[in-house]
Amino acid sequence: MVTLAIDLAFILEKFVLIAVIIVISLLVALYTTFGERKVAGYIQDRYGPNRAGPGGIFQPFADGIKLFMKEDVIPNSSNKFLFVLGPAVAMTMAMLTSAVIPWGREIELFGRTIPLQIADINIGILYVFGVVSMGVYGIMIGGWASNNKFSLLAALRGASQMISYELAMGLAIIALLMLTGSLSLKTIVEQQSTGWWNIFYQPLGFLIFLVCAFAECNRTPFDLPEAESELNQGYHQEYSSMKLGFYLFAEYVNMFISSALMATLYFGGYDIPFVNDAALTESIGTNLMALLQTISLFAKVGFFLFFFMWVRWTIPRFRYDQLMKLGWKSLIPLALFNMVITGLIVLIKENGWPF
Amino acid sequence: MPTLTNRAKPVDRRPMTMMEKMYLPAIAKGMGITLKHFFTKKVTVQYPEEKRPFSPVFRGLHILNRDEEGRENCTACGLCAVACPAEAITMEAAERKEGEEHLYREEKYAAKYEINMLRCIFCGLCEEACPKDAIYLSETFAPSNYKRETFIYGKSDLLIPDPKKEPELYQQALGSRAKREGKKG
Repeated sequence: MVTLAIDLAFILEKFVLIAVIIVISLLVALYTTFGERKVAGYIQDRYGPNRAGPGGIFQPFADGIKLFMKEDVIPNSSNKFLFVLGPAVAMTMAMLTSAVIPWGREIELFGRTIPLQIADINIGILYVFGVVSMGVYGIMIGGWASNNKFSLLAALRGASQMISYELAMGLAIIALLMLTGSLSLKTIVEQQSTGWWNIFYQPLGFLIFLVCAFAECNRTPFDLPEAESELNQGYHQEYSSMKLGFYLFAEYVNMFISSALMATLYFGGYDIPFVNDAALTESIGTNLMALLQTISLFAKVGFFLFFFMWVRWTIPRFRYDQLMKLGWKSLIPLALFNMVITGLIVLIKENGWPF
Repeated sequence: MPTLTNRAKPVDRRPMTMMEKMYLPAIAKGMGITLKHFFTKKVTVQYPEEKRPFSPVFRGLHILNRDEEGRENCTACGLCAVACPAEAITMEAAERKEGEEHLYREEKYAAKYEINMLRCIFCGLCEEACPKDAIYLSETFAPSNYKRETFIYGKSDLLIPDPKKEPELYQQALGSRAKREGKKG
């Protein structure tokens, strides 16, 4: 008989970590909706919401309560099971990616060393890609189950857009992986802590990744699935109440996660710039260091979130054929080119060819 | 074909240059513009706390005037009601009794004076018609309400505060009109 050694403390620690990360990502997403409206206002020479609470900080809660109080309409002609499943899938898939992102190095609590990452799996990036691809289903199912032409069109657009841009994204990542030699996000961050950040090795790769991240999150200028001037509301046309809320919320969670991913892959993750991490850990202790690292990561994430909004309120939407042309005819060749060049350089470096 | 006006502009149909096809320089420029707007002074007027000043010739809610001793000017002659194109004004006249000389300036006064603010078009013809300087249009507008009845303003709503009993409120009700007249005189 095989006895499986189950470390109860380990399970507990992971559960707490998962709970904390879910709460944090929800809170961040909640306040991103608020930030979005504020940024939109400021860019348009207005103040944005500032009535609920001091400076309007309770606005997201007011929005949430409003969404919960609304009548929840399920259209008669819709497929009811899938109609409910759609937003649930969108939300779940948005949350799942956070499992492999390292939020900090480690903390010491009750004599245990707890890494600030839910799962340090050695195929971290593949996992991310798998989950991101699943995100299409939220849109597809929702759009199809609504039994509405606009929703269906939007869902199709969303699906083809996401599939197209995933390719370029993957190719951009492959070039990065050639340099790091690891799929584990933790290892990638550790490498960047000691050496240079990956953005300096892979500027073109980062640019491609950034553009694709915008497309994957369905953010302007690639928000074709919810192009209100053509498709009314897009795939969430028939949704109301908190189901609509989930769809909108999933978008912001996605934004948060992809910002975290960009920070992790290209901007050193939780690495504090211009600081020797090991030396600082010696002097101020592991726990304080973990806090500083998390703050550092969140500062980077915050910048990317702002960048997402900044772009949204600057650039108009692409036409659909332009979108496809950009994806297939520009980004994929560019990513391939980047991959070949990177491969060449890696090869030269490893073999020490003298030219 | 010659154009009818000289405002027509030929459309530039040249294909995009390499620089333009890259989008990025143009995007960077646009982002610069939006960032500049991010830091500019906002034009919003935070309404309930901060109000826009009205023009001195603004025609708002009506006020029934009193003279310096606090007596009502109105004699219920009805010229304002006749002048009113929207027929918003109604009144009932009454005769001044013995001992009411401190309340009304002349022998006849308006016992009831009503303006329907939903009918009123704020044209100011009543102000022009009045021979006694008894009615003028102030610099506020009618506050919103859920009931129609509340928009029929009676004498209690329209009369200016007594300059003897409540001088501060009187000055406030006069608004910039007092300043204007001060300049004139």
